[in-house]
Amino acid sequence: MSGTHTGNPLAARVRRLEERLIGAGLVDEAELDAVLTRFLQGASPLNGARVTARAWSDPDFRERLLADAGAALPELGLGTAGGLQAQRLGVVANTPTRHNVLVCTLCSCYPIGLLGPSPSWYKSEAYRSRVVREPRAVLAEFGLHLPEEVEITVWDSSAESRYMVLPERPPGTEGMTESELAGLVTREGLIGTASV
Amino acid sequence: MGESGAVPPRFAPGDRVRARAGDPDGHTRLPRYARGQTGRIVALTGNWPLADDVAAHRPAPRNEPVYTVAFDARALWGEGGHEVTLDLWQSYLEPAAESAAGPAAGEEPV
Repeated sequence: MSGTHTGNPLAARVRRLEERLIGAGLVDEAELDAVLTRFLQGASPLNGARVTARAWSDPDFRERLLADAGAALPELGLGTAGGLQAQRLGVVANTPTRHNVLVCTLCSCYPIGLLGPSPSWYKSEAYRSRVVREPRAVLAEFGLHLPEEVEITVWDSSAESRYMVLPERPPGTEGMTESELAGLVTREGLIGTASV
Repeated sequence: MGESGAVPPRFAPGDRVRARAGDPDGHTRLPRYARGQTGRIVALTGNWPLADDVAAHRPAPRNEPVYTVAFDARALWGEGGHEVTLDLWQSYLEPAAESAAGPAAGEEPV
């Protein structure tokens, strides 16, 4: 990571750590740059929105996505490779009777490639400890009030296994193009703390 | 062990399993809240290197089946109508029936 950093203390700590690793011969500058570029390039919730819009528009794609997301994503030029380690991606679909929400109770596992860097609350102890225990109350605090008859599944992610929620297609969107549909999807919808 | 060193699956979707209750010394991906709890295998997600071995820098991490296991909130917390799913390595799990009278005598630490 050559180039100028700001005076941010975290950036300075990262730089010192990098220097130690390079000094110990464990890694070199070029290798670090290549890994970080591959890891973060194009990592954005727009990817998850595009996947969602395609799944809403194309029932066959939706079926392939839910059956094996790793095999379906390359159809949109996306993949689960390129992270720091191999990962499996599962896409879980909301239905009129079942809502899904993601968490990582042990740390902060998250599908960065599809959703971009995670929001700070996703990493907070409050969210991680409460959403597995009282998801309905936590979702209500996000402004998502689920009817009592809608059941909730909380997906506690692991390092090798990441999830994305496939929200339900909103009513009244029948005439929309795929890119218009993608514009409706929010990062929170893909985590499950919003309906879309 | 198969030809590739992959541990063959012991469980199938629908099986009732109990997460091991022991508290391992090192890193594990079995959260404390699920330990000793009974859940249901939802899916087999393939074989993955055991996270505990990877974290301990073992040269040849066990390549174990990983299952998506669903736990009822009521079993975990004594209340709640939702379910929590976790992806758990095979050595974290034992058949639920085997543990009806508590941890089996031959239980290995994870």
